[in-house]
Amino acid sequence: MVRQISWKIGGQQGEGIESAGDLLAQGLSWQGYHLYGYRVFSSRIRGGHTNYNLRMSSTPIASIADNVDVLFALDQETIALCAHELSVDGWIIADELFAPILPEGTAARLMIAPLTALATQAGSAKMKNVVAVGLTAAMLGISPAAFEAPLRERFHGKGETIMQANLTALRSGWDYAEKTRPEIKAAYQLDTGDGVRRLYMIGNEAISRGAIAAGAKFMAAYPITPASEIMEAMVKRLPKLGGAMIQTEDEIAACMMAIGANYAGVRAFTATSGPGLSLMAESIGLAGMTETPLVVIDVQRGGPSTGLPTKHEQSDIMAAIFSTHGDAPKIVMAPDSPAAAYPDTVEAFNLAEEYQCPVILLSDMQLSLGTQTMELLPIEGVPMRRGNLKLAADLPELAKNQYFKRYQVTADGVSPRVIPGTNNGIHHVTGLEHDETGRPFEGVVNRIAQTDKRLRKLSTVVGHFPEPLRTDAPFAKSKLLIIGVGASSGPIAEALLRLRKEGVTVNHAQVRLLHPFPGEKLQELLDAAETVVVVEHNATAQLASLIRANSSQGRKIYSVLKYDGNPFRPEEIANGCRGVL
Amino acid sequence: MSTAADFQFNVKQNWCPGCGDFSVQAAIQRALAAVNVEPHEVVIVSGIGCSSRLPGYVNAYGFHTTHGRSLPLAQGVKLANPNLTVLACGGDGDGFAIGIGHTIHAMRRDVDITYIVMDNHVYGLTKGQVSPRSDLGFKTKTSPEGSTERPVSALELALSAGAGFVAQGFSKDLNELALLIEAGIRHRGFSFINVFSPCVTFNKVNTYEWYSQRIKKLSEIEGYDPANRVEAMRCVMEYEGLVTGRIYER
Repeated sequence: MVRQISWKIGGQQGEGIESAGDLLAQGLSWQGYHLYGYRVFSSRIRGGHTNYNLRMSSTPIASIADNVDVLFALDQETIALCAHELSVDGWIIADELFAPILPEGTAARLMIAPLTALATQAGSAKMKNVVAVGLTAAMLGISPAAFEAPLRERFHGKGETIMQANLTALRSGWDYAEKTRPEIKAAYQLDTGDGVRRLYMIGNEAISRGAIAAGAKFMAAYPITPASEIMEAMVKRLPKLGGAMIQTEDEIAACMMAIGANYAGVRAFTATSGPGLSLMAESIGLAGMTETPLVVIDVQRGGPSTGLPTKHEQSDIMAAIFSTHGDAPKIVMAPDSPAAAYPDTVEAFNLAEEYQCPVILLSDMQLSLGTQTMELLPIEGVPMRRGNLKLAADLPELAKNQYFKRYQVTADGVSPRVIPGTNNGIHHVTGLEHDETGRPFEGVVNRIAQTDKRLRKLSTVVGHFPEPLRTDAPFAKSKLLIIGVGASSGPIAEALLRLRKEGVTVNHAQVRLLHPFPGEKLQELLDAAETVVVVEHNATAQLASLIRANSSQGRKIYSVLKYDGNPFRPEEIANGCRGVL
Repeated sequence: MSTAADFQFNVKQNWCPGCGDFSVQAAIQRALAAVNVEPHEVVIVSGIGCSSRLPGYVNAYGFHTTHGRSLPLAQGVKLANPNLTVLACGGDGDGFAIGIGHTIHAMRRDVDITYIVMDNHVYGLTKGQVSPRSDLGFKTKTSPEGSTERPVSALELALSAGAGFVAQGFSKDLNELALLIEAGIRHRGFSFINVFSPCVTFNKVNTYEWYSQRIKKLSEIEGYDPANRVEAMRCVMEYEGLVTGRIYER
């Protein structure tokens, strides 16, 4: 019995790689296993190598594994690209159709199996992916029946013939291993799952559900990898709630439309990736200057420019904070897991209204497209905090030729907000510097008062934000402090366990609020550590720079960086830390 | 009942004396009173440019946005609250240079807003550069030898992009302009109204007199049918865009 295994299937896009992984995952998740799925794909629809890595465990996991234990290869390219990832006693199970060859020096064992032949016998060569799932079931010592229900669900509505053929393909993969391959039969028998059915979904789905829970009624967006799933999810849901998702002509329009809807009183947002964030920079500044609530989801991918559109990176940190010209007020936050992305998205909408400013929620490709088992909070009872919003009943009568003081200078910097349509609330809104009523005004005293007011608002964000740092810091004095951001919380947590097992006193902080930066809170942990390692997915150590700028840190901060497009494996982080100790 | 005076806000416009935009503002105020909405039920959204300062001069909710982006923001306002009367306005640089993509897509999308372009064929706020509506040969600070690029045909563009209401007015004819804007607001769907609104400071060619000598009023063309899109396109091409009136309504 093993606690966890790492499984992968690879082939050409269009060969059913994703459905094989999803089918296996669904069957296992219904048995109560914890899963972490991660896909590698290219920016094309058919053709090009793709693979699906599924890590399965009887205990919670939040990262890809160091190695792959079982690799299903539907072509030689998969072997060439992935053989080096295999563990020493791992298996490469390759389709006999392409006469697979094991590269010299590969530690893993090769098993040639008639995947396509069995699928053809069952009715169609296309079902070789389902044969692979049947064979996997036998390796895991799990009855194929566990995958029949999810298979029926997937093929429901495609006709009885197709359904039966797939069931036959599943069974034939299982039979093949059971009857003719004793060496792999139950080779990776997993500890029993706890039977709890969890959601198995991508972070983008958690973000979408968060937006719905927050009461968002409007989204405007332009398609872009890896954020499009959010607009696809919203277009299905919003019309039923009396709202709408509009696909715009570009990201500028998307951002401006969302600002318009927010100005008119509806919770509205957009979602994009790096190139879109660059286009939105000016509009985000307008929301900051006009103190209009706005939520922008930025799912980071490899940059700069078009960069690595389908690969993981965390290189928009500085762009999210600083890309808008001028002293623009904004909040930048980064959920540290797909499950956290749900309440954090709700929080983003609340903060946007409370602080009347743009909130950028930075996700990353691993967090947004990695598939994970998770349990979510219910949508009912989610608090909706609208800040200093005034209704008509709150307003005194406005004299002729007077505007409402929408930009009143207040102690906390937050001014009363009214939405158009409100009687006695008429005021002007402009991206120009303006007086308390919103009328353009360049007077120096006013300029300073309005600038200070806009920035003063943010002074309470750190204290108000739920867990600006998520910490696992049991040591009052630590040899090492690891700091990360976004989805790296998963592999860091595993690296942490290994280092602690080796006797290293190591604390961990995942930064969840990037701007304004929780410098004072981090300072205590920095002071308690002998050495600091900042783990991030970019080449320029952006998070480390932010930490340096926001802390008094005499000793050297080391960086463990990865920018090849792939997420960290736990051992890479552990090794990076060992290197500086 | 609202009156045009209800929409008057006591603020001095920083337009040059004689600027065509004064009568556009007056026409908008008259039209809003004619459709009988209250000032707080109206949102006027603009871009950047001399004409885009208009929302700040009217007693209504106003949003002066970024250059070329009035339309997406205005559509967001209307989609969020369909009970509001939403107008977008700006100049020809705003709508046909930096923002032309939004102009075309707003026409396709057909959200119920009214878009008024104050078209003076020149960049005024930045003190006299060539515009996408400038005629061939038009000399400015950035086209000292005369413009070599063909002007955007605003009306042909609107008709082909699918706008459901296309009209053109002239600042000198306030009565006609107010009626056109009123009709645009009443039209259910996207309405486009281009207004010849002369710049008296930086355009010494396309003056009030220049337009008066050339404009053909559609109301003077016997049997002109604004429901006929093919006829509308033919007429716009025949008069090279120098017509005023309701050109097309779906």
